[in-house]
Amino acid sequence: MNLGKEFLKGLWQENPVFKLVLGMCPTLAVTTSAENGLGMGLATTFVLVCANITIALLRKLIPGGVRIPAFIVVIASFVTVVQMLMEAYAYDLFKALGIFIPLIVVNCLILGRAEAFASKNGIFASLIDGLGMGLGFALSLTVIGAVRELFGSGAVFGMPLLSLFPAYKPVILMILPPGAFITLGFLLAGINRLEARTGASGENKGGHCC
Amino acid sequence: MNTTLRLAIVLTLITALAGLILSVVESVTRAPIAEQRRLETVRALKAVLPDLDNAPDADTVVLPVGTDKKGRPVERTFYRGRKGGRLTGIAFKVIAPEGYSGNIEIMVGVTPERLVSGIAILSHAETPGLGAKIIEPQFRDQFKGKGLDNADWRVKKDGGQFDQITGATISPRAVVKAVRQGLEFLRDHESQVVADREVKQ
Repeated sequence: MNLGKEFLKGLWQENPVFKLVLGMCPTLAVTTSAENGLGMGLATTFVLVCANITIALLRKLIPGGVRIPAFIVVIASFVTVVQMLMEAYAYDLFKALGIFIPLIVVNCLILGRAEAFASKNGIFASLIDGLGMGLGFALSLTVIGAVRELFGSGAVFGMPLLSLFPAYKPVILMILPPGAFITLGFLLAGINRLEARTGASGENKGGHCC
Repeated sequence: MNTTLRLAIVLTLITALAGLILSVVESVTRAPIAEQRRLETVRALKAVLPDLDNAPDADTVVLPVGTDKKGRPVERTFYRGRKGGRLTGIAFKVIAPEGYSGNIEIMVGVTPERLVSGIAILSHAETPGLGAKIIEPQFRDQFKGKGLDNADWRVKKDGGQFDQITGATISPRAVVKAVRQGLEFLRDHESQVVADREVKQ
């Protein structure tokens, strides 16, 4: 098993948002700015890595018949622990990410990786898989957030860009819920077009959850 | 052994272990979390009150403000800022229920002359980039120096003198109304709020 490949697949070939189309709830809901997208992505990455390691550790102990509820208990416990520790010891970070953290529980990307990868692979490989997938997710959310923020508020990461031009009028639609669907649709179409042109027919694997 | 029974036992063990870990983490973090929340109140108080050298969260008056929809009593805490024992400002929390999405919690600071010395938005769920701009100084600072007698407490769209935010009138309207109602409550109960002015320190 090539660990570098396991890491890179999450960033592009099996990118959770643009290729597997997993975890759409946070993708659409929190990407009103690049900062929010990055924050949600990094919080998800942390939980994903922890959950993947734990499940890889326990994979021989968990019987197949109850594996899904067992995974969910592990993931929900991790998210709650992360939330409590952040509120107690990293309050500023908690204030910035607080509303996203409970959303991580319902992110089927995490359950999907537990089921498709961590329950069948070793601890180190699962760690790398979680890291790659998480960072791929964070990258995608940041890109979507940046596009929506650019058109909707005229800025990226709070830095004014379009709003420097006097003719610019904020496209408020882009930071409202429809803007998330429109942005995701155009980005998916663009990526598919790019793949079709270069002839890289990436066969989608693992996209069988939610 | 019976397979079903085995599954049940394993899952019970996993959930019990998870519960144990959660309760341990909860008991460890309970005190720091309470402290963080108190510090946040203190930070908001320092931001809205003009000049103080006491601990306003320890110098409070609690008054009943009515009942909620279920008939339970609602109380409001008034925090008193002092310098050298003299009252320099009063702060209180109001909740604006008429925001675009959910309640907006606002800390309002008032000078002894009953003019607003500052407001801080403690929590809200308004649309990012639109209604959420109520947290920005541009919006909040226009409350400074305004009182019930020297300002028309409506947004400009409704004929008042508070700037709304482009594309978002509902959130500013809710904030202006809630602050105004808070000031009116303070005016009607001022004697109780500033009572025992000289005691304590």
